[in-house]
Amino acid sequence: MKGKNLMDKIIEVKNISFSYKNEDETGINQIEVLKNVSLDIYKGEFIAVLGHNGCGKSTLAKHFNSVLLPDSGEVFVNGINTKDENKLFDIRQSVGMVFQNPDNQIVATIVEEDVAFALENLGVEPAEIRRRVDDALKTVNMFDYKDHAPHRLSGGQKQRVAIAGVIAMRPQCIVLDEPTAMLDPKGRSEVLKTIKYLNKNFNITIILITHYMEEAAQADRVVVMEKGQIILNDAPEKVFSQVDKLKSIGLDVPQVTELCYGLNQLGYNISTEIISEDECVNALLSLINNKS
Amino acid sequence: MSIIKTENLTYVYGDGTPFKKTAVDNVSLEIQKGELVGIIGHTGSGKSTLIQHFNALLKPTSGKIFIDGEDVWAEKTKLRDIRFKVGLVFQYPEYQLFEETVYKDIAFGPKNMGLSDDEIKKRIFDISRLVGINSDLLQKSPFELSGGQKRRVAIAGVMAMEPEVLILDEPTAGLDPKGRDRILGIIKEYHKEKGNTVLLVSHSMEDIAKSVSKILVMNESKLFCYDDTVNVFKRSEEITKMGLSVPQITRVFNRLKQAGVSIDEDIYTVDYAKKTLLRILQKGEI
Repeated sequence: MKGKNLMDKIIEVKNISFSYKNEDETGINQIEVLKNVSLDIYKGEFIAVLGHNGCGKSTLAKHFNSVLLPDSGEVFVNGINTKDENKLFDIRQSVGMVFQNPDNQIVATIVEEDVAFALENLGVEPAEIRRRVDDALKTVNMFDYKDHAPHRLSGGQKQRVAIAGVIAMRPQCIVLDEPTAMLDPKGRSEVLKTIKYLNKNFNITIILITHYMEEAAQADRVVVMEKGQIILNDAPEKVFSQVDKLKSIGLDVPQVTELCYGLNQLGYNISTEIISEDECVNALLSLINNKS
Repeated sequence: MSIIKTENLTYVYGDGTPFKKTAVDNVSLEIQKGELVGIIGHTGSGKSTLIQHFNALLKPTSGKIFIDGEDVWAEKTKLRDIRFKVGLVFQYPEYQLFEETVYKDIAFGPKNMGLSDDEIKKRIFDISRLVGINSDLLQKSPFELSGGQKRRVAIAGVMAMEPEVLILDEPTAGLDPKGRDRILGIIKEYHKEKGNTVLLVSHSMEDIAKSVSKILVMNESKLFCYDDTVNVFKRSEEITKMGLSVPQITRVFNRLKQAGVSIDEDIYTVDYAKKTLLRILQKGEI
């Protein structure tokens, strides 16, 4: 995938099913959220997961670090079964999570203390904590704010602090569940830039759950979920070229893809696998120049 | 005639403390009755502070605000009336649902206005049809509903008060594309049916471009502009500089223009982009 050498699996999902149980006067109701899902994720990959609300994507993500355990089937992280309670620490240290609302995951009153929180709980040496916190804050470009109070930061800055808290634990993989949903465009691009930087420079595996198609278009691979199952799993240009299928399940495609697809359907010679602005501009220019 | 008017409106947070910040700086504007307006601005640009003045949640540090011609902070003005005139739907409004049933939750605002039970009933049925909440859901607990349904119920609660001005702060935040389109459709339908003024705060330029006829842009506590959608997107370079984004399709067409393709219009929706391209491509054939 895009020249990456993918050998080792970091996460293996094997035929898992999961139901939420809901007890009321009529008895126990089961809502099946995941139906026999299988997925391999390789070290160093950047994966985007799409699907409308309630399709099971967050539930799947919570299986990646033992927050939830499957009813049937198995999940392995670095070969360790997530059901193995004795290895819970190893699993959680390998796979970190960042959630949608930065205000729900920041606990301390000073930025650097927040980043140090998990390390202190793990009993890491103070000198090592100092080094890792500084490194993490530099990585997400928030070092200058280390003495600030988190509540005075912008949404994008808070989310980057939350990411720093995760990377201070030196995980191999970070799962981000709609990390940009509450941010403005500037905050969104800051967070996405940070994610791509971690992936490229530290080879951290990224699993990004998002509703923004333009973010998903930048991933190595896009996984689309619908009704608890994976229905598409391919390179972004292949996934987004299925405009009708995606729209039929309530998803969208990037605007450039929609435009090129529309022209293609009208008989113009233009690829349906265009997902970036650059590709679109070039394709349209060549179309226009060939006409005149 | 103008429904909202501000004169040199200024609001300062934390005056006398080291955190003093002018959140709204000398804003004068006039919004006409019946408009559907998009409000954009980066985080901290002052847009939330501004809209909180529109229903008297905040009192200006200096300057004036008029709703329907009435000076909000004049001695004789009843703030309660202003709040019935201007309905505000906050971000993630579903967290504010609290009643035992959906019906009672939507009825809460209208009841406080002192409407008769018959009128309340009429409004609830009218508005639940508009937001797509089936009548069999009305007797359920709001907490049994799905996230999208909850949000629509919360919005219905404010719409049922039929305020002269309806303000929605990021009503599509956190929703999937289908949910976003559904909420935007409801807002447009409400605007069309009631003819009331609607203000829509959003970070999504794509949503704004699809929905509104006028846009108010806040930047660094100041009013950057208040103009027709077409005219605002003409200034895409300035808008991008202030940390906002223009729709992807607008960026593509700006680049085509720079490359010498002759396009007069400003493109901000995919449909319009397609039509414009077809015209250029077909002209080439003749």
